[in-house]
Amino acid sequence: MTDTSAHTLEIRGLHVTVETESGTTEILRGVDLTVRSGETHAIMGPNGSGKSTLAYAIAGHPKYTVTEGSILLDGEDVLEMAVDERARAGLFLAMQYPVEIAGVTVSNFLRTAKTAVDGEAPKLRTWVKEVNTAMAALRMDSAFAQRNVNEGFSGGEKKRHEILQLELLGPRIAVLDETDSGLDVDALKVVSEGVNRAKENTDLGVLLITHYTRILRYIQPDFVHVFIDGRIVEEGGPELADRLEAEGYDRYLSTVSS
Amino acid sequence: MSLLTPSPTESREAHTHSGQTMVPDVSRGERRRSFDVGDFPPPTGREEEWRFTPLDLLGGVLSDAPTDDSRDGSAADFDVEAPDGVLRPSLRPGQAPRGTVLVPEDRAAAVASANTGEALHLAIPAEAVLTDPVRVTVTGSGRGRRSNAHYVVEAGAHSKGVVIIDHQGGCDHTGNLEVLVGDGADLTVVSLQRWDDDALHLAQHEALVGRDATYRHIAVTLGGRVVRMNSNVRYAGPGGDATLLGVYFADAGQHLEHRSFVDHEAPHCRSNVEYKGALQGDSARTVWVGDVLIRASAEGTDTYELNRNLVLTDGARADSVPNLEIETGEIAGAGHAAATGRFDDEQLFYLMARGIPESEARRLVVRGFFASIINRIGVPEVVDQLMAAIDAELEASANDRVSA
Repeated sequence: MTDTSAHTLEIRGLHVTVETESGTTEILRGVDLTVRSGETHAIMGPNGSGKSTLAYAIAGHPKYTVTEGSILLDGEDVLEMAVDERARAGLFLAMQYPVEIAGVTVSNFLRTAKTAVDGEAPKLRTWVKEVNTAMAALRMDSAFAQRNVNEGFSGGEKKRHEILQLELLGPRIAVLDETDSGLDVDALKVVSEGVNRAKENTDLGVLLITHYTRILRYIQPDFVHVFIDGRIVEEGGPELADRLEAEGYDRYLSTVSS
Repeated sequence: MSLLTPSPTESREAHTHSGQTMVPDVSRGERRRSFDVGDFPPPTGREEEWRFTPLDLLGGVLSDAPTDDSRDGSAADFDVEAPDGVLRPSLRPGQAPRGTVLVPEDRAAAVASANTGEALHLAIPAEAVLTDPVRVTVTGSGRGRRSNAHYVVEAGAHSKGVVIIDHQGGCDHTGNLEVLVGDGADLTVVSLQRWDDDALHLAQHEALVGRDATYRHIAVTLGGRVVRMNSNVRYAGPGGDATLLGVYFADAGQHLEHRSFVDHEAPHCRSNVEYKGALQGDSARTVWVGDVLIRASAEGTDTYELNRNLVLTDGARADSVPNLEIETGEIAGAGHAAATGRFDDEQLFYLMARGIPESEARRLVVRGFFASIINRIGVPEVVDQLMAAIDAELEASANDRVSA
């Protein structure tokens, strides 16, 4: 948790395909992006632009095939790592659609994940306290720990649970895949506070994928990247988000279709 | 996303099969019962109750043959651990209470009955509360050796106890279990099938549940080449409560078949049937058939049955057939659910994306799948053994995947 050295996630010339019923489709067409510790990058784009594919490709979802390019974490080849190895190396993906796991309690799941990431079981007493503190900060009832992972969770509970994991596992670089979708404003604030705490406590680097500018009022981006048709078409500072809020994506979409 | 997305293919196969071979539709309650082996000709595989069973693998187990005592003792040894007074003198055929509850329903049960001269008799005295389980350990002494058995378990009125029948080793075994649960008694019977992988085991377990009595039957089947177990329940009076739980894990080449029949005739009784199975490996095969009959007189009945199967690898097949017959509308509830699903790769991805290695992630998912039943077993030593056995099964499958 007190890892203060700087880390860098470097994505170069990334091309990713996916198998569909109509054959192989290229979704990412050359993505270049560098995320360093302490930086927050917002990836903004319309539906179908490939934002989530980028998130899954970084995490190593088997459905996506990297055909070209590289992903390095502190110079290490992420693409050579299995999904679990990537997580243990310090990458984290907060999922847009977390899956249910029947019969596995949140408490058991968190302890198992923490043990895997740290390479040793957390000390019971401090761990329970840590979990309870993190849950309280995310306004989660302590009974939550005894529920089965994502089973019967509301949309807001699922997203809080993702951020709870983010805070407890202490990754170096986190990808948040539309964590804001489906949240009301109160839940959005709670979740954003969790991300901001992780940034403050661990100098987390964040890649925040979103369709809307709303979450950027609560999580301040250092960089904004506009993602269209599988690549970044424009980059800037927070002011770019304001412009997108005012103008939408139409300007970029007409460029692509012409 | 749910772990168990119902698989239309599986259920369609099961039902198509039934369309081809189904005997004329008669009530489950009409099935023949007899002590006479001659009333049950050797099955052809077209009979409703035999259509899933691999008869070609059964060898001589359906023949009307005595226990093989020819070499080095009997084909199976029976070891009983019970408090003083619980183990009673054995019962001959026709010597009550033997035969008062269990009348054979198929050829296997009839040959078991006909060829067991001395039935093991356990009786928990009325109002006794046993602190430790009664344990019967059945150890088969060799593949292909014939063993017949019949056990009678009586739970006296308002008694409470647990009986564990633990099957180990290997033999060709037919075993009948006859259970009388006295009024207000609370009896749990656990049948563990931890056979070697070449064992054959055909069984009929039949219980009569007394007024306001509680009966739990737990089948745990992990070993055996072919295991086919019928777990049946009737009620002697109102207020009875029966829970039939099952856990099975079939590996390559195993056929594990569980059938249950809950016959509701007395009013205001409850039944709950829940079986869960995992399958892995080529030609791993499981069958679950859950029959419930609510007769016209059984007003106020509350029944539910559920079967879930988790297919871990290609080449395995699970059949799941719930049958519910209802002859009165005056019931408290009746329902069933059955589903067979594949191992969900999205769950695996989710767990691995949190740093959990694949083998451990699989173990978490499978243990989680069984948790709803395991949490209800309530017999700690059985739970511990079961969890260890499931881990061992998964360990074996992990090794298979590495070598593949």
